[in-house]
Amino acid sequence: MSNAAVTAATASRAIDADKSALARLGAAFVGRLVIIVPYVWLLFFFLIPFVIVFKISLSQTAIAIPPYTPVLDFSDGISGFFAQLKQLSIDNYLWLTQDALYFNAYVTSVIIAAISTVLTLLVGYPIAYGMARAPAAIRPTLLMLVILPFWTSFLIRVYAWIGILKPEGLLNQLLLATGIISQPLIILNTYTAIFIGIVYSYLPFMVLPLYSALEKMDHSLIEAAKDLGCPPTSAFWKITFPLSLPGVIAGCLLVFIPAVGEFVIPDLLGGSQTLMIGKTLWNEFFANRDWPVSSAVAVILLLLLIVPIMLFQRAQARAQEQDR
Amino acid sequence: MNATWSRFNITSIVLGFAFLYLPIVLLIVFSFNESKLVTVWGGFSTKWYVSLFHNQGLMDAAWVTARVGVISATVATVLGTLAALTLTRYTRFRGRMLFSGMVFAPLVMPEVITGLSLLLLFVAVGLDRGFLTVTLAHITLTMCFVAVVVQSRLVTFDRSLEEAAMDLGAPPVRTFFQITLPVIMPAIVSGWMLAFTLSLDDLVIASFTSGPGATTLPMKIYSQVRLGVTPEINAACTILIAVVAVGVIAASVVNKRREVQRQLDEQAAQRG
Repeated sequence: MSNAAVTAATASRAIDADKSALARLGAAFVGRLVIIVPYVWLLFFFLIPFVIVFKISLSQTAIAIPPYTPVLDFSDGISGFFAQLKQLSIDNYLWLTQDALYFNAYVTSVIIAAISTVLTLLVGYPIAYGMARAPAAIRPTLLMLVILPFWTSFLIRVYAWIGILKPEGLLNQLLLATGIISQPLIILNTYTAIFIGIVYSYLPFMVLPLYSALEKMDHSLIEAAKDLGCPPTSAFWKITFPLSLPGVIAGCLLVFIPAVGEFVIPDLLGGSQTLMIGKTLWNEFFANRDWPVSSAVAVILLLLLIVPIMLFQRAQARAQEQDR
Repeated sequence: MNATWSRFNITSIVLGFAFLYLPIVLLIVFSFNESKLVTVWGGFSTKWYVSLFHNQGLMDAAWVTARVGVISATVATVLGTLAALTLTRYTRFRGRMLFSGMVFAPLVMPEVITGLSLLLLFVAVGLDRGFLTVTLAHITLTMCFVAVVVQSRLVTFDRSLEEAAMDLGAPPVRTFFQITLPVIMPAIVSGWMLAFTLSLDDLVIASFTSGPGATTLPMKIYSQVRLGVTPEINAACTILIAVVAVGVIAASVVNKRREVQRQLDEQAAQRG
């Protein structure tokens, strides 16, 4: 081999080494980017906004209107959004404690969400159980059928119930025609309508985690219990239900947390007589244009939900570990 | 028939699905109602669809919604896929707890809180409310749903495929585009569709973050519902349902065909 060839080979090997070092560096950079881009996005659009909500909730009422809202006029002028941040106060929180409306709204929301969650579990469990026991060939179809309503608009699905529950609506027409009742039932604009709306809208959120827990279950356990003389009901409570518990917890959290702050359902089905915190916040913001008080309402709501949200996050992380 | 699939199981499934689908079916049926009263049948008619297409406000809102949906779903799919990769591949880095918290929390966060907080952010940075702010808000919400969908596919992904590619000298980035991406593609597609429908569907966050000239379809429908239920809204809802249903069914057919093809390929590979 000539000298020149050796030199060329060495050089090309050096370039190769260089290239792979560069590639490794590039890969490391890309790897960093994979983390950094979504991280920064969520920090900026999810976490920082909460800090701002907290700040605004400590500001004085009535100045924090964006300058481009034409319907409002202020005698003292709109001195800018940040000016009032200098004079932080807890007045808005005191205001929330002084008016019983807010306290009642929080308590009612939690109670309504809790009852709805239990109802959704009672409706969803038999469905999920039936799906998990179905012949394997039709399970994907059943799963698809549960997911499909979730793809259609939430607003539309709630709206559909107005026509059914109205005093002159389809349900009352049916019940009157069959002679079951003689007077139309008043369901729309009551808490009953809210329960129906939440159970209906959130049912897929309950069924899916329940199904995935029940489907994984080893059915031979039940057969073994049966062989040993265990009656079906106690086999259910001793084996099936405990094994489906992760699904029950995930489903309940998925229903309960958003239901506490629900707006569309209490607004469209609950009418003006029902009280829920999501609606209160909305009215405070859009009707009263009181941004600081609605921020304070949001902060308290978030504090109320922080424990369930952390439980949910931990359940998700654990499920992810198990899948791995 | 499976012996353990009892009559009780079948009954609960049938009743459950009736409960899920009956309201939607009734809504669609009454969109073809001749009578203006939504709940009294007055004969078949498509006149509400005709009047719908002459309703300029609704048509404008539909166009805004479609654009917000496509743009936000596309960006959210990229960001959500990156977030899913981070969650499954980088198990150790500083602030991982915070990151997974920020991915999972928006899934259950009441919309009024998300909407209000995003609005206050936009005001704080001096961004005028409108098309851009709604789109940014929807990206933030939907990227977390995409992340969960893609992540559930990634955890079952066979990493040895990637290792094989890298052993054969493929650099990591190329390995991702040639091996990983094709395998998780169905999850990415369904993530995009989920993001698109969530954006199409959202009323609360859009109401907070939208401004003049960027009224979305749900906002329009909501303001009309508050004035009273009309067959025209039923017609608008029916069209929305039809669009989504066609999309979902088409995607599942494509997915199924691809799955069958993949199985055939695998069998062929094993034989050959």
